[in-house]
Amino acid sequence: MNQLSDLGELYQEVVLDHGKRPRNFGPLDGETHRADGLNPLCGDRITLHARVDGGVVRDVRFEGSGCAISRASASVMTGVVKGKTAPEIDALFERFHRLVTEGPRAGDEGALGKLAVFGGVHDYPTRVKCASLAWHALRQALKGGPAPVSTE
Amino acid sequence: MIRSPTARGEGLRPSPSCAGAPSLLPSEIANIRSEFPILGRPVRGKPLAYLDSAATTQKPRAVLDAIRRYYEEDNANVHRGVHLLSERATRDYEEARVKVARFLGAADPHEVIFLRGATEAVNLVAQTFGRQRVGPGDEVLVTELEHHSNIVPWQLLCREKGARLRAAPVTDAGDLDLDALERLLGPRTRILAVTQVSNALGTVTPLPEIIARARARGVPVLVDGAQGAPHLGADVRALGADFYAFSGHKIYGPTGIGALWGRRPLLEEMPPWQGGGDMIATVSFEETTFNTLPYKFEAGTPDIAGAVGLGAALDWVARIGLPAIAAHERALIAELLDGLRELPEIRLVGTPRERAGVVSFLLGDVHPHDAGTILDRHGVAVRAGHHCAQPLMRRLGLASTVRASFAAYSNRADVEALLRGLRAVREVFA
Repeated sequence: MNQLSDLGELYQEVVLDHGKRPRNFGPLDGETHRADGLNPLCGDRITLHARVDGGVVRDVRFEGSGCAISRASASVMTGVVKGKTAPEIDALFERFHRLVTEGPRAGDEGALGKLAVFGGVHDYPTRVKCASLAWHALRQALKGGPAPVSTE
Repeated sequence: MIRSPTARGEGLRPSPSCAGAPSLLPSEIANIRSEFPILGRPVRGKPLAYLDSAATTQKPRAVLDAIRRYYEEDNANVHRGVHLLSERATRDYEEARVKVARFLGAADPHEVIFLRGATEAVNLVAQTFGRQRVGPGDEVLVTELEHHSNIVPWQLLCREKGARLRAAPVTDAGDLDLDALERLLGPRTRILAVTQVSNALGTVTPLPEIIARARARGVPVLVDGAQGAPHLGADVRALGADFYAFSGHKIYGPTGIGALWGRRPLLEEMPPWQGGGDMIATVSFEETTFNTLPYKFEAGTPDIAGAVGLGAALDWVARIGLPAIAAHERALIAELLDGLRELPEIRLVGTPRERAGVVSFLLGDVHPHDAGTILDRHGVAVRAGHHCAQPLMRRLGLASTVRASFAAYSNRADVEALLRGLRAVREVFA
């Protein structure tokens, strides 16, 4: 069934694996930035920890509970943003957000790398917030804002 | 298929253990389903298994036709025009009020106020009755079972008045701890607001015992009937509560309409809430005098078509018979619980002594949203989330659950589709 093959696009092996065994999960020693992200739809909450040095994100970790999509997204994101500056992360998020809202486009593989596994999310409008939660929290943390961010 | 509407004098419908009503026959269920146009439409290319009736029920053709007929034949504004259509619209609207009064066992239709729904009804009571009765240092008592709509209006009131919001606890099974509730009914308790049925767990609260304890201490009681009305109905006179709120859209009626019933002396004592047309007797720039009940609380042109639709929905419920609907839902819930027992990863959330309409559960460590997405692709509509009951979820140590909920049109195929879907969820997350 077409509907069910869509499910395979959403829950790709890589996504399931990161959801089950998230990388960079837990507190971060020497964190310089932190923000909470809240998805009011489901009540899920994650905390994003970052260590920034010389304008570059040296390390990122996250904590909290969430669905497979939000955990996998946070896990993959924490891997790809290390070594990047805040403007670079903003640009990457813009591309990622287009991927999860509008679907894959030519050049995504090169521009997004591992993040391309979330290409199936665009078929599931209610799950876009799950995929974006960690990004909102990270960008908020880098701005140094103390208030929790919401996906609303 | 005519069954007598709810009997008087018993307060609430009997508990499952002593329920005498026969369930619906398969042919009756098939007839009922054929009255709901949406159930015949495929979803994602599959037959729809709609198990989200606690969020909102689907609507029978009788309701859709009544709304259409009203607009096509009678539409005008109420309580004003001297022309024929206004007379008819007024008659339709007031007949709907009588139907609500009859459904609730209210002696006087003027004790029934049409509002947008249970949420608006709770807000009205908090902002009028509550504002008059609650002062600094006083307490408002709710329970841990409540929907946000029976928490936040009281919280706003308490913040405004410097009062304290307290919550009667639930047991791990999801039942109210009645002894603890009794201890919380103190000398400063000004109102108790309690649900009839938990929307998240399906717990039926023992309202007669609760209300008796509150009344013994002179504490007025508001019952949130949003989830209870569609499964248990109410007989407000026998129940002994002071206010009863419910929403039309959860009992086969349209969205945007619901009702508050209140005891006449209390409603008389309460100040108006919103100002506008229809709620006044005379207006000058110096002084305004207010209309009598129930119009005092119905400012502006009301949702006339919504009220007509709600009246048609209550007629429809009376025709099928609420006890028969409830017995049918209990039978399906028993089937679902049996089926869930065969899935070892299933953990039921809430195993209350008495349950109505709802089963909440978790599947291993699969997040409810992931389960909900996969079920949706199999044509199964459930609710996945915190069910607007975050304090209850926190009390149970959870963020969310999967919730399947039932109505008159639910059938075995829905239960089977859910169980098949859950096996598919298990395969994805194996």
